[in-house]
Amino acid sequence: MSVRLSTRQVGDVAVIDVSGRITLGEGSSNLRDGIRELLAKGQRKILLNLGDVSYIDSSGIGELVSGYTSVANQGGQLKLLNLTKRVRDLLQITKLYTVFDVYEDEATAVRSFGG
Amino acid sequence: MAENVTGGSSTLERELDSRLESADAAESLAMEVAQAAGFDEEEQHRFGMAVRESVINAVVHGNRYNARKKVRLRIAADKERLVVTVSDEGEGFELESLPDPVAGENIFQQSGRGIYLIRTFVDEFQVRRLSPRGTEVKLVKYAKRK
Repeated sequence: MSVRLSTRQVGDVAVIDVSGRITLGEGSSNLRDGIRELLAKGQRKILLNLGDVSYIDSSGIGELVSGYTSVANQGGQLKLLNLTKRVRDLLQITKLYTVFDVYEDEATAVRSFGG
Repeated sequence: MAENVTGGSSTLERELDSRLESADAAESLAMEVAQAAGFDEEEQHRFGMAVRESVINAVVHGNRYNARKKVRLRIAADKERLVVTVSDEGEGFELESLPDPVAGENIFQQSGRGIYLIRTFVDEFQVRRLSPRGTEVKLVKYAKRK
């Protein structure tokens, strides 16, 4: 199963619910396109809900980093919500866990973007 | 394709196309072998990912998706360890020249974490040049003593 993205708006925050596998190829390019589309629409507060991501490889990790820097370069913020143990482990192994703002509760995550 | 089972050890060999789908097949095979060898679910996952990343490197950086070039996968298992070799027909690379992906100056790079993850997930990792061309990586994962 490849990746699936579904975007919803919570206040002024765009929440992308991601499910499936974020791996080299379709999985990582779909995530990249999803973030780019939001940026093109002027969205600067993006919350990636990774709760249903079953698998992520090094390319998928790279897409998270790329998304983070793309949004930051536009003056925005990309944050992560609901990491599975495996995704959290990979971010810790690659020393990226402290780079991202990570939340376990959506309401708290949304509030963290501020007004 | 070849398969050999003797006295508690087994060896699988596959010739894979230079396509990303080959990584899925290799990962599934590796996880099956690890499961049969008695590794727990998390270790199966880590071993599978190490093999997956190795095959991706062979397809993408080694063979550069060239349909005329193949990736060769060999997985040998016994009660002590799993040994994997993945070889390509590419130009090769110097392990020492790869940047450290967790160093501060590289942390925001989009790529370069594959081999780092492989080395994290297996006990031994070696790279050697093949003649006349190609690269072989060797991964070894030992069974944990109970």
